[in-house]
Amino acid sequence: MATTVTAVANSEAYSVPLDQIDMSQPEHYRTWAYHEYFKRLRQEDPIHYCKESPVGPFWSITKMADIIAIDSDNQTYSSAPFSLIGDLPEGENLNNFIFMDPPEHTKQRLAVQPVVAPQNLAQLEGLIRQRVCTILDGLPVGETFDMVERVSIELTTQMLATLFDFPFEERSKLTYWSDIALDVPGIGSEDITPEKRWEGLMECLQEFSRIWHERKSKPPAYDLISLLQNNEDTKNMIEDPETFLGNILLLIVGGNDTTRNSISGGVVALNQFPSEYQKLRDNPKLISNMVSEVIRWQTPLLHHRRRVTRDVEFGGKQFKKGDKVVLWWASANRDEDAFKQDPFTFLVDRSQARQHASFGFGIHRCMGNRLAELQLRVLWEEIMKRFRHIEVVGPFERTSNNHVNGYLNLPVRVHPW
Amino acid sequence: MPTIKLLEHNGTAHELQLENGQNILHAALEEFVPGLDGDCGGAGACGTCHILVAPEWLDKLSPPDANEQGMLQMRPDRQDNSRLCCQINASDALDGFTAFLPQFQM
Repeated sequence: MATTVTAVANSEAYSVPLDQIDMSQPEHYRTWAYHEYFKRLRQEDPIHYCKESPVGPFWSITKMADIIAIDSDNQTYSSAPFSLIGDLPEGENLNNFIFMDPPEHTKQRLAVQPVVAPQNLAQLEGLIRQRVCTILDGLPVGETFDMVERVSIELTTQMLATLFDFPFEERSKLTYWSDIALDVPGIGSEDITPEKRWEGLMECLQEFSRIWHERKSKPPAYDLISLLQNNEDTKNMIEDPETFLGNILLLIVGGNDTTRNSISGGVVALNQFPSEYQKLRDNPKLISNMVSEVIRWQTPLLHHRRRVTRDVEFGGKQFKKGDKVVLWWASANRDEDAFKQDPFTFLVDRSQARQHASFGFGIHRCMGNRLAELQLRVLWEEIMKRFRHIEVVGPFERTSNNHVNGYLNLPVRVHPW
Repeated sequence: MPTIKLLEHNGTAHELQLENGQNILHAALEEFVPGLDGDCGGAGACGTCHILVAPEWLDKLSPPDANEQGMLQMRPDRQDNSRLCCQINASDALDGFTAFLPQFQM
């Protein structure tokens, strides 16, 4: 699968002069070429400076150990005001805790975290399984369909609606708002005008403000809005609309295309490595470990970025105050020095499967990580009960985006036992 | 050869014999003690090796550095006796060290 694409990518990644490599180019990700580019950077220039790009100059950090060190030092490497490689449009402020440093970060995150506390997740498992079963039992047999639309997007959206206690029949709005939230210059394909995007975000704010007011008169519950309302540090968040919208969007985005693309990515990986699929059929107890391996292999978010707060020497290079430092999770997840077993192979029984970079490190480490693992585990448990094979039956398109690593479509057929 | 004791949330006890200087998390993972993850490989960067140190052992440990404190602060189930065990190495002074594992790692 995609062998011709890789052959082209190989020669390109090694023939271009080192200082011309620009990992902000969305096209590198659409074609899978990024794997070869990062391999070259890890070997030849692991802390690589890109002098000129559509998002300005930036440093690429490509080794796992370096990424862990930088991500652990949030004083030198700040996440404010924005932690993606690009910059927010002029005048825009998305106040949410992923774009904050301590102490504001800590207060807000702690208030919101209970929504994904393991005790809460244990209660959600039954509902997740119910939803998964309904979706899988509704899939056509003997007919090609789009896995992305019928399973990946559908399951993820239903999950989001549950976490927010959002009107179930309107859940597709959550997907829409999430998709447009980060559709800003320098990240990827901008399918939407800035005006339409802003209109959508304002609609999101209005809808959640309405839910906030409605929820105020109800007894405390475990949905996100209730949790915000019943916490001392966030009970008045509605009075700061930029922060309110920012945090809503953070949680929608966080749980949206990441989980979606891990679902699709798992199917792609198992089809690319059929002997691994057979291992899974022979031993479904490997599902839990496989879920971590899927998240590593897919790396649903390719990077996050930090802003250097003081002149500092790192790994023999000189970072200047204000520099952008890009943590390429996707590169760390193929770092030959970080994994004893070949990182380019998808291995359902990998011994270090949990030690990937996809959830990040440090105080910003993904809050929803156990929820993601739970959804994927339950999904694959139910898939393996029903289908011997989910077969990819045709070419598929990947996202052209330097942040979100995903699939626009995935034609499959299911084969029951 | 200090011996340490780790108690799972359900009460199951694990006694481990460590070498002087051996890292507690790595030793526990090698012995497949359930209830510890160590997703960052022991770098103090993920918070999934959270333990609750038995009170009598707490001040026998060197205090957590700023990094560990920052990570511990993020644990919703943190207590005054919370530590990340990837930051603790065994020594003769810790012979008999006892800690409890929380119900969940996050």
